[in-house]
Amino acid sequence: MSLEVDIDHKRGSFQLAARFSAAPGLTALFGRSGSGKTSLVDIVGGLIKPDRGRIAVDGQVLVDIAEGVFVPRHRRRIGYVFQDSRLFPHLSVRSNLLYGRWFARETAGGAAADLASVVELLGIGHLLERRPDSLSGGEKQRVAIGRALLAHPRLLLMDEPLASLDEARRAEILPYIERLRDEAGVPILYVSHSVAEVARLATTVVILTDGKVTAVGPVLDILPLADGNDGGSVLDARVSRHDDAFQLSVLTSTAGELQVPRLSAPPGSAVRAYIRSRDVMLSLRPPQDISALNVLAGKVAEITPTANGAQADVRLDCNGDALMARVTAKSVQRLGLAPGVPVYAVIKSVSFERS
Amino acid sequence: MTPEEWTAVRLSLLVATTATLASLPFGVAIAWLLARKDFWGKGLLDTLVHLPLILPPVVTGYLLLISFGKRGPIGAFLDQAFGIVFSFRWTGAALACAVMGFPLLVRAIRLSIEAVDVRLEAAAGTLGANPLWVFATVTLPLCLPGVIAGAILCFAKSMGEFGATITFVSNIPGETQTLPSLIYTFTQIPGGDAGAMRLTLVSIAISMLALLGSELLARRIGVRQMAA
Repeated sequence: MSLEVDIDHKRGSFQLAARFSAAPGLTALFGRSGSGKTSLVDIVGGLIKPDRGRIAVDGQVLVDIAEGVFVPRHRRRIGYVFQDSRLFPHLSVRSNLLYGRWFARETAGGAAADLASVVELLGIGHLLERRPDSLSGGEKQRVAIGRALLAHPRLLLMDEPLASLDEARRAEILPYIERLRDEAGVPILYVSHSVAEVARLATTVVILTDGKVTAVGPVLDILPLADGNDGGSVLDARVSRHDDAFQLSVLTSTAGELQVPRLSAPPGSAVRAYIRSRDVMLSLRPPQDISALNVLAGKVAEITPTANGAQADVRLDCNGDALMARVTAKSVQRLGLAPGVPVYAVIKSVSFERS
Repeated sequence: MTPEEWTAVRLSLLVATTATLASLPFGVAIAWLLARKDFWGKGLLDTLVHLPLILPPVVTGYLLLISFGKRGPIGAFLDQAFGIVFSFRWTGAALACAVMGFPLLVRAIRLSIEAVDVRLEAAAGTLGANPLWVFATVTLPLCLPGVIAGAILCFAKSMGEFGATITFVSNIPGETQTLPSLIYTFTQIPGGDAGAMRLTLVSIAISMLALLGSELLARRIGVRQMAA
C-alpha cells in the first residue's frame, strides 16, 4: 500500500499545505489541536474537496484537481473511524457492523467469516444485539472500528479514536489497535496529539505544524523532535520479566535495563518506552542511595540550548540508543557538560506513562 | 345519518387520503432539497411552497381554476395529453387539498431532516453508500417521525379544506361535495342544524382517530427501530 498526498486547502485564514507519502503499517499524523490534522484526513476520506492537489492510494488517483478528478467518498473504499464513533442510532450493533457490507459485495468473499473474525479481534461478540446508545464510549469505538473494517477498506483513517475516552478505556482499546496494525493488514492513517499513543502505535510519523508537514520518517527518529515542550525519546525494548511483588516490569533495551510500572504484555513481547526529556536527571557519578530505580550510563552527544537560553536539551548516547534530557543552563555549567562527557541518566520508574 | 351525508364523509376520506399519499413523495423530495442543498432559486421555491399558507384559500382556489381548469394552460394540456381532468371532479378536490396541505407537510419533514446529524450521513458515505442509499438507510429512518407528523397534518388539513376546494371544483353532491362543503350547505338551508351537528361530530371523530393512529404508528416505528 502507498498513500501519496500533495494538497493545498484554504479554510478562512487557515492554510493547509501537506505533502507526504505513507509507508505500510500505521502512519501517525501528529500535531497540536488546530494544526489541520482532521481537515487533512477529511480530505483523504473525501469529506472535503481540497482547493488544489492530488491524492493517490496504491497508484489509483482519488483526487487530482488539475485533471478534474474527484472520486466521491462512497467509491474510495477508505474506512473512517471518527472521534465521535458516529454509530447509526436506529440500527443494532450487528446492523451497524454489517452496514458497509451491502456496498462492498464485489470484494466480500466469505463475509460471514469476516464478521466472526472482526468480532473476535475487537472482543464485541456480547454486544451484537445491543443498541449503540446503551454502549460505553470504549465499546462504541470498538464497534466503529469493526464497522469500518467490514466495509473492506484499502486504507483506514482513524481520527483521534481515543480522544473522548478516559485513561482506563484507552488502555482497553490500544491493544486492539495494535492487533489491527499487526494482523488485519490494513494500512492505517492515525491522527493523534498524544505522544504516548504515537510512540506505542506508529511505524511512521508525519508531524503537522500550522497546516504544514514539518517532518516525516520512522517513529524513533521523528518523535524526539515532536514538540519542544513535551519532547522525549523512544527506546525499543523487550519485557524480560515481571516483578509481581512490587508491581513492576523489567525491560531490556540496548541502553540498559529499565524498571517500569507493571505491564500487561507477557515476557518476551516487544514494547516501546517513551521517556520525557524533563523526567531525566543527569549525574556525573553513579548515584547511590536514591529512590529512582533506573540509571543508564551514556555519553553526552549534543547540547542544544532552548530558545531563551535558560534550559538545554542534552542528547545522550547510551550504548547506541539516543536519550534526551532537559536540564537548566545552570546545571550544564555546574557539571561542565560538553559533548563526550560520560554521565549517568536517572529516571524515576513512576514517571513512565502507563501505555 | 342520511345517504347524502355518508357520501360526503366517504368522499372526504378519499380526497384527503389521495391528497396526502400523492403529495408525500414530492413533499419528502422538496423538504430534502430545502434542508440539505444550496441552489439558485432556493428562496423562491421556499416561498412558493409556503404561499398557500398565507394566501386566502379562495385566491389559491381561483389560481387553480384558471391554471388547472378545462381552459387553463395546465388543465388543457393534461386533458389532451393524458386525459386527466381536474375541474369539477373529486380529483380536483384532492389537488386543492394537496396544495393547501403541502406547506404543512414540507415544513414538518424539513425540520426533521434538518435534525438528522449530517455527520452520520458522512459516515454512511465513507462506508460505501451513495447519496440515494444514504438517504434511504440513514436520513429517512431517522426523520420518519417527522414524515408521519407531516402526513397527519396534511391529512387533517385536507379533511377540513373548504375555501380553495369550493372555488376550484364547486360543491357538487357525490363528486366534489366534501364534509365541510356539506356542513356549509346545511347551514344555508332551514332545518339543516341537525345534519350540520351530526357531520361536525363525525369530523371531530375522524380528526381524533387520525391523531391516535399517527401516535400508534410513531410508537411502532420507535419499537421497530429498537429491535432492528
